[in-house]
Amino acid sequence: MKIMVAVKRVVDYAVKIRVKPDKSGVETQNVKMSMNPFCEIALEEALKIKESGLAKEVVAVSMGPSNCVDTLRTGLAMGADRAIHVEASRDLVPLTVAKLLKKLVEIENPGLLILGKQAIDDDCNQTGQMIAGLLGWPQGTFASKVVFDKEKQVATVDREVDGGLETLCLDLPAVITTDLRLNQPRYATLPNIMKAKSKPIKKFTLEELNVEIKSDIEVVQVIEPPKRKAGVILSSVDELIDKLKNEAHVI
Amino acid sequence: MQRIIAASSLCSKILRKERQRALFSSSSLLFDDTQLQFKQSVRQFAHENIAPHASKIDQSNSFPKEVNLWKLMGDFNLHGITAPEEYGGLGLGYLYHCIAMEEISRASGSVGLSYGAHSNLCINQLVRNGSAAQKEKYLPKLISGEHVGALAMSEPNAGSDVVSMKCKADRVDGGYLLNGNKMWCTNGPSAQTLVVYAKTDVTAGSKGITAFIIEKGMPGYSTAQKLDKLGMRGSDTCELVFENCFVPEENVLGKEGKGVYVLMSGLDLERLVLSAGPIGIMQACLDVVLPYIRERSQFGRPIGEFQLIQGKVADMYTSLQSSRSYVYSVARDCDSGRVDPKDCAGVILSAAERATQVALQAIQCLGGNGYVNEYATGRLLRDAKLYEIGAGTSEIRRMVIGRELFKQHSSNQAALLVNLSASEVEVGRRGTVENKARLDGSYKAKSLSNQTASSWKSTPAKGFHMEWCQSFGNRWFMES
Repeated sequence: MKIMVAVKRVVDYAVKIRVKPDKSGVETQNVKMSMNPFCEIALEEALKIKESGLAKEVVAVSMGPSNCVDTLRTGLAMGADRAIHVEASRDLVPLTVAKLLKKLVEIENPGLLILGKQAIDDDCNQTGQMIAGLLGWPQGTFASKVVFDKEKQVATVDREVDGGLETLCLDLPAVITTDLRLNQPRYATLPNIMKAKSKPIKKFTLEELNVEIKSDIEVVQVIEPPKRKAGVILSSVDELIDKLKNEAHVI
Repeated sequence: MQRIIAASSLCSKILRKERQRALFSSSSLLFDDTQLQFKQSVRQFAHENIAPHASKIDQSNSFPKEVNLWKLMGDFNLHGITAPEEYGGLGLGYLYHCIAMEEISRASGSVGLSYGAHSNLCINQLVRNGSAAQKEKYLPKLISGEHVGALAMSEPNAGSDVVSMKCKADRVDGGYLLNGNKMWCTNGPSAQTLVVYAKTDVTAGSKGITAFIIEKGMPGYSTAQKLDKLGMRGSDTCELVFENCFVPEENVLGKEGKGVYVLMSGLDLERLVLSAGPIGIMQACLDVVLPYIRERSQFGRPIGEFQLIQGKVADMYTSLQSSRSYVYSVARDCDSGRVDPKDCAGVILSAAERATQVALQAIQCLGGNGYVNEYATGRLLRDAKLYEIGAGTSEIRRMVIGRELFKQHSSNQAALLVNLSASEVEVGRRGTVENKARLDGSYKAKSLSNQTASSWKSTPAKGFHMEWCQSFGNRWFMES
């Protein structure tokens, strides 16, 4: 079985982001970028499955401008066998990513598609669900535990939902999106970093995949949230009720 | 009022962005993609596994008991960076070793020093000079981290004058009997495998030195007191004692009487790799100071907004970057096979002295807090100072460089100066040649008259020889 993992290059989670002066987005020039943490977890899960013998190959996929290759190299250094880079201009919305993934799935025929549940830059939480819909595959999102049954070709996924944990049984091929508690991503070991240099990265263009980037969404403005104001110390419950009713208008 | 508030918050945002730049991209121009990944990977490893223990290691003067750092580093393939893959190494060069040394030293100076002694002084010496049987026997466990390595050359009475060592190795049936003491042995207390230099012929001076491989447990070999050092605490250092210690024939490293070549050539590479240690310490100083000057406020503003503090931080940064560039360019040279003792000594001379200054400034930036052991800056200064002493004191390093420069540009070289490449031209500058001419004008005339006008034009260092000719100007014309 082949596993395909989609990874995204985002601003590093430890960086304090700032908004661009023209309010068109977040400043990404000269800012540290790395693989989306949920994508790291997805890749780690794929590697674990391969190491347990249930899969033969792990293919990492990323879409965007040429610097996506950095993220793919990290993925190869972690242990992926091959990588695919879809060359595209910066802003790809989840639906476009899902359509591109669909084309790649048709070319590569993986038995499992694993993604992070959401990217930490846009927090969309849409790509996994959309690609499952486009492919007509079962989906197990927010996975906190994944167990495979090779003979029955079935994946049992524990999902973290609002009410607690939901267990689903998915027929393969399936789409899984990973949540934080699924695993602890490995370090790229030093021998693997050296070996990654010789692993192939295949490049596709949008024309080759015959997908139109047409965005139905336009980002109007990006602003910082209002600064948190100091709290007010109240002297009695009556005053609290009065403020909640007349100032905050919540009761 | 609103506009002013907006402006100041923008300023702080810009400062924050500058900090991110300094922390993340300060060395990106020096490395290619793979080297940068390697560096980031070691950085992450060191930050998560070594840095948390740094303070305690310093306080308790020992490595942590609850975690085996040697094994951890071995699992991360850090020990055998320059060792062949067949023994578990990575088969890479000195550039990668320096990168790893920098990041480990950044997390903890003591661990960095011990790591450097183990992976370069011991492992790399075995790699460069060991026989196949010796490598097979000792390298795998050293590279995995199961065994700790060390090297001993200095003695209580032979430090800078290491060739005057008194530790004797007398020939006996099947091997040698070692008698004597060794001092300042890093990792001595815990090492299972040690490279030790002793005199097989006390009358032959430097040609009487032989290198041996000693194993812990050999009868007659013992370690004395662990030293209570000013800095690098936790990187255990001790005295070694040899009392009729029998060392078998097959444990001679290199050839009998050829130990000085093992020693001196090893010293060059040791100086190179260890010079990444003070680089890591300088980076650690910036790691402490940069966030501090944003958080600490006086006179209603973060102290990082004051010019004098910005000046200090700028000096720290440029010291770090320039030393770093020197280290990595010498490392690249050594990887290409061009090992120049002047540069190997120069690189650790410069990095070590600057690191001490940077650490002093780091304490100053933190003010009173810098004087308190709760902050890392005191430890950084105490750790940095070692690098001006170990691996040849600064004075010895200056002597090595100066002596080499003098030898290479002796009076016979004057006429050959025109054939030098541009980089060496700067070394044999106008001053040197002019002084020679003034001292011995007649000599100069002799060498010059052998050259015809056309031969000047054919030399590659054209710019230099024009200047050279001009500097002699009248004298040249007069004497020819």
